[in-house]
Amino acid sequence: MPVEIKLPQLGESIHEGTIAKWLKKPGDRVEKYEPLVEITTDKVNVEMPSPFAGVVKELLAAEGDTRAVGSAIALIETEAASAVSAGGAVHAPAADAASGPGRGPAGSDESPAPERAAAAASPARASGLRLSPLVMRLAQEHDVSLAVLETLHGTGAGGRVTKEDFLKYVAGRAGGAGGTPDTAAAGPSAPGKGMTAAGDELVKLTPIRRAIAQRMAQSKREIPHAYGVIEVDMSAVAAWRDAHRETSKRDGPAPTYTAFFVRAAADALRAHPFVNASWTDDGVVVRKAINVGIGIAIDDGLIVPVLRDADRLSLTGIAAALDDLIRRAREGRLGIEDIQGGTFTITNPGVFGSIWSMPIVIPGQAAILATDAIVKRAVVRDDAIAIRPIMHLGLSFDHRIFDGALAMQFLNHMKTWFEEFRDGR
Amino acid sequence: MAIGKPKTAPPTRHEALGLSADHLLDMYYHIALARAIDERMWVLQRAGMVPFVISGQGHEGAQVGIMSAVDRERDWLVPFYRDLAACLVKGMSARDLMLGLFARQGDPSSGGRQMPAHWAHPKHKILSTSSPVGTQYLHAVGIAYAAKLRKTREVCVTSIGEGGTSQGDWHEAMNFGGVHKLPVIFMVENNRYAISVPIRLQMAVDDVAERAAGYGFPGVVVDGSDVLACYAAGAEAVRRARAGEGPTLIECKVERLTAHSSEDRQEKYRPTDDIEAARSKDALVVFKHYLEQVGVLDEARYTALHERIKAVVNDATDYAEAQPWPDPAGVTRHVYFEG
Amino acid sequence: MPEMRLLDAIRLGMYEEMKRDERVMILGEDVGLKGGVFGATDGFYAEFGEARVLDTPLAESLIVGAAVGMAANGLIPIAEIQFSDFIYPAFNQIVSEAARMRYRSNGGFGCPITIRAPFGGGVEVHGGLYHSQSIEAFFAHVPGLKVVTPYTPYDAKGLLKASIRDPDPVLFLEHKRLYRAIRGEVPDDDYIVPIGPAAVRRQGTTLSVFAYGQMLHETLQAAGQVAGEGLDAEVVDLRTLRPLDTETILTSVRKTNKAMVVYEDNRFLGYGAEVSALIAEEAFDALDGPIVRVAGLDVPAVPYSDPLAGAFIPTAAKIADAMRRLAAY
Repeated sequence: MPVEIKLPQLGESIHEGTIAKWLKKPGDRVEKYEPLVEITTDKVNVEMPSPFAGVVKELLAAEGDTRAVGSAIALIETEAASAVSAGGAVHAPAADAASGPGRGPAGSDESPAPERAAAAASPARASGLRLSPLVMRLAQEHDVSLAVLETLHGTGAGGRVTKEDFLKYVAGRAGGAGGTPDTAAAGPSAPGKGMTAAGDELVKLTPIRRAIAQRMAQSKREIPHAYGVIEVDMSAVAAWRDAHRETSKRDGPAPTYTAFFVRAAADALRAHPFVNASWTDDGVVVRKAINVGIGIAIDDGLIVPVLRDADRLSLTGIAAALDDLIRRAREGRLGIEDIQGGTFTITNPGVFGSIWSMPIVIPGQAAILATDAIVKRAVVRDDAIAIRPIMHLGLSFDHRIFDGALAMQFLNHMKTWFEEFRDGR
Repeated sequence: MAIGKPKTAPPTRHEALGLSADHLLDMYYHIALARAIDERMWVLQRAGMVPFVISGQGHEGAQVGIMSAVDRERDWLVPFYRDLAACLVKGMSARDLMLGLFARQGDPSSGGRQMPAHWAHPKHKILSTSSPVGTQYLHAVGIAYAAKLRKTREVCVTSIGEGGTSQGDWHEAMNFGGVHKLPVIFMVENNRYAISVPIRLQMAVDDVAERAAGYGFPGVVVDGSDVLACYAAGAEAVRRARAGEGPTLIECKVERLTAHSSEDRQEKYRPTDDIEAARSKDALVVFKHYLEQVGVLDEARYTALHERIKAVVNDATDYAEAQPWPDPAGVTRHVYFEG
Repeated sequence: MPEMRLLDAIRLGMYEEMKRDERVMILGEDVGLKGGVFGATDGFYAEFGEARVLDTPLAESLIVGAAVGMAANGLIPIAEIQFSDFIYPAFNQIVSEAARMRYRSNGGFGCPITIRAPFGGGVEVHGGLYHSQSIEAFFAHVPGLKVVTPYTPYDAKGLLKASIRDPDPVLFLEHKRLYRAIRGEVPDDDYIVPIGPAAVRRQGTTLSVFAYGQMLHETLQAAGQVAGEGLDAEVVDLRTLRPLDTETILTSVRKTNKAMVVYEDNRFLGYGAEVSALIAEEAFDALDGPIVRVAGLDVPAVPYSDPLAGAFIPTAAKIADAMRRLAAY
């Protein structure tokens, strides 16, 4: 039966060889160890002896061909018995074909410790809770008691509650999932990964989408949100805008509603500094600067350029700064300094028709303001029906930092500012 | 009465040395066997059946000559990687050597743990050696010191290439051997190339033997292709050692007939005429010639001897190849004393 | 029971073995006529003779290499390296030869040698950069070697005898500051302290401190200092560095839940790294605080001038401070 002659490993780090000259041709008889072919490599040139006795059946490479070590270069018709030893003789069962002389099977030294540690831990689980230093810290940060931890489903070694198990629990809790944490996993849920129906399409996440997703999830996970809404009569502002439509164009960009929102917010933030703050474990950091971020919708998603020191600018100044920021945002020309350092954010879903929103607080801030659509409504004034442009002003806030009373004070401050707006403010 | 006076032929060289025809045949057999094993090892490597070979072709005459002068049971050998012939004479078998080449379980040198040519055998008092060159010379003087202290009358033969004589350990050993007049034979197999580094870049002296004087004992130079000269030098060195007269450095001028190892291509650094000239100084050829001259080796004997050698080499190859691989589960054994 | 210094215990251990077994011999620089630069072999030359108490040429590789050969041919050599700082020329013989002889010969040959070397520094030692080094990290790394360093005179004699009788190569490190500073009771009889087990020198509950050599001494002082503050330190003497007594270490950590390693050697990649890794890997659940290493500075060895030496070496005060910080975690 024919056996393959393989190009031998002629030296350490040699991976290929070139057929220089065949010393036998098909039909020729070759004895065991008789020279069969001349091979050149970049280290050594050799005359390769045939490992078998037999008749050359076929040459699988031509003179001048380069072949990888271990590839078949010829077939020899042998007496059956001698066939077995060929390829197997060269390589030890576990050895790498490309390894050099003296290199035996390379075993990696797997530490047996993790298995042992896990095994040792299992009995401990039965008698007590096994929590890593990290999980303990997270539990503290999220106000999760040991009693609750004990009920959590652990997927780690020996049933240990891992970081992932813990975070999953916290996410479920913030989302208002009812029932005990243990059953949450078993409850009905949206089709998870891997469960797609015919016609479903997977849209891969862009970096900006991924970033937004991560920030939103983090915010909801970590910040206990609460909400306040107030109704604002925008007549005074609307009237001023109408009156100044022509003249303000001449002086520069006309203040948009957004400019008014920023001006009013800056004023209210000055009066109620706790709304311009950050939560930390050590305490609430009340920010000195009032840097207002404006949520802007762009192609991919959302971007929040920051108008710095909004309390130091006049309405006109704010209008100009906003104009510049928004233009650059739409053109994709914002720099890193334009999007960092925000202490408060305003979002304007009103432009899309929303009359009541509950936006998500940006991590590191205390609150986010939503200005919904200004809609003409019938309202009661002096016990008579009047038509007024009404806007709902909503504040989503971090309930750790302040409570509903302050939220309403803040919103009322802005309401008063809008409703008492006069020239020169 | 016979016609003419009785003719006593002058003693032949070997007879003058106290060697019989049987001794000569034994020596020739070992040289030829060593060569045949060595050549087969290269064939196996080139055929892709073993990964590596390093050999002593061209050194056999010197090794066999000197080792024939030692007591194969009592004395010690601390070899280096070209000493295949010396190990054969000392008592290792062709099978033992092939087991090392194939790195199989049952390899007496190292159980497949070391590269080939790191010959060792506790029963034959061949010390296990490593790859860093020269360290073995210090072990040899330690063995010799113990022999002297324990009064065992053992002699320790150790060998090295001329390149190894540049190592610090070599000099420290020579010095110590001289200081204590140790029963050691310092053999140097000078083939003029340390892999590719020629001797002119290795040392400032013409003969390594010159250095012995600096350490307080004799150094002799012998032609490695002249087996009987090597034997004579060995016998004298053994005598000195056993008599407590101290070490002898025997420098054997030999030829390296092959490249350094299967990894090396000597045409890159060694002139062709140098390689060709080496063949003319092959002890196997020169000694055969002598044996024929003195009527010890005729064609029939030659053929029979080489048939026997071929059978031994084939047996050793087939045997070793068929042995099992070492068990990976055993990789952690013998780091420390067991049992 | 006689009380003696660490140095005397070492001398006694060698003496007893030399008398007991004629195969035992000593070789090194100045070991014979002078009796050793520290006096460790004082009187041996007269009693045992020049052949067995051998003054070698000035060549460290020779000292260990010849010992390897002697051990192969029936002797049991004790090779003395005069200062651990000078061991490097012998590094090849120790690592490539002595440590591997058994493994590379598949059990055919062994290497029953003991290599003794004084190590360590400090203000009192005045050794400077080349007479003060710690070298255990280089050698405890090597499979095939054993590394031992006694603290008490009792251990010194017992461990040295065990080392001499051990069929494998043992590096026996003697802290030179302890030579004359530590006194203890040493029985007359032929006892052995087995190579391997660590020793709990002080039981405690607040935290576990693992140390050896002079640092063991400093650590015990520190433990005494903080005891008055309600800090109850457990102090473990790692007298065998390889093979390491993992059992005792882990048991201690599981009890106190806080771990510290103190060593005089350069901090980075020093012996403490192995102990820390071991504890982190196998007693992670038991830890109530990070594993702390208190060690020598990462500068090339102990400088000569007193203030510089003082800055290098961990003292009882520095160790006590570290204990307080760990306890407060």
